Amino acid sequence: MPDTEKRSDGWALYEVFIRARSGLDHKHVGSVHATDARMALEHARDVYTRRQEGVSIWVVCSSDILASDPAEADALFEPARDKVYRHPTFYDIPDEVKTL
Amino acid sequence: MSATAPATAASSAAEPAPRLRYVLRLADASLILAQRLGEWIGHAPALEEDLGLANTALDLMGQARLLLAYAGELEGQGRDADALAFLREEHEFLNPMLVEQPNGDFAHTIVRQFLFDAWQHDLYTGLASSSDTRLAAIAAKALKETRYHLTYSSGWMIRLGDGTEESHARMQRALDALWPYTNELVETDGIDREMIAAGVAPPMAPIAAAWSARIDAVLREATLKRPHAVSFRWYGKQGHHSEHLGYLLAEMQHLPRTYRGASW
Repeated sequence: MPDTEKRSDGWALYEVFIRARSGLDHKHVGSVHATDARMALEHARDVYTRRQEGVSIWVVCSSDILASDPAEADALFEPARDKVYRHPTFYDIPDEVKTL
Repeated sequence: MSATAPATAASSAAEPAPRLRYVLRLADASLILAQRLGEWIGHAPALEEDLGLANTALDLMGQARLLLAYAGELEGQGRDADALAFLREEHEFLNPMLVEQPNGDFAHTIVRQFLFDAWQHDLYTGLASSSDTRLAAIAAKALKETRYHLTYSSGWMIRLGDGTEESHARMQRALDALWPYTNELVETDGIDREMIAAGVAPPMAPIAAAWSARIDAVLREATLKRPHAVSFRWYGKQGHHSEHLGYLLAEMQHLPRTYRGASW
């Protein structure tokens, strides 16, 4: 069991990711409370897959996720704004390439 | 009409009775436990558990519907699943007494669920290859649900049994209180033996052994003590019930009995 940050009553928040169909990505759908990862998986199944929403579930303890700080958004994301040349739209694709 | 026809008709008319009772036992076990679990809705210790218990209740209700519909056909009196669920009297219910026991605290609910799930899992595994193809199909479908229920209740048995001093004490108390009701789950009476002989029900000895071993394994991990066997016997499956079932049925049945034929 990962060393997770728990509330005083022993429960912790887990983020839930569901894969809707084979071949698709797991998508974040919400969160559940649980005392351990195994319970979180069962809760995710009971809360988020009641209507056949998924074929696979991931749970991650919320405290194990390191999130970017919104206050640093300028420093993190602004510098990319004027670098449109990073989009692959400046290349002529040869006619011979069919499946790109 | 051939000379043998009346005899055949008579034997086939007499034949469903034990089978009907056997199917009702299975149906009522699921139905009554579903009703009990439904009482938790809005009261469970966490929103997630609320949904978890409700999901299990709905699975059991689904099993009961299929089994009661089959029972209605076996009976041949034109009664459907609703009529059997809502218009039978207390002594006509054939569920084991375990499932009608009150929810108590969460420990009682979990122990009752675990004892039931372990039994249903092993019994339905056998029923899935019943000579009665209808029953076999229902069991195979239910088994997928039961596997999850057993994982869920085993997880809580271990978590709370091997949890705090308080949770351990509550779990042991619940186990001691409910254990005597397990006798009738794994013992056979005349109807069971007749169904086993017909290949409808699986032989009980291997199921009782598997059930017992499964219980021991989880109790060991949960650091709980298996209570001593008691000689007293309860026979809910023969229609003898504790005082709790009447109240449960009053709540479950009063609407359809007051408004006959009411629908959503």
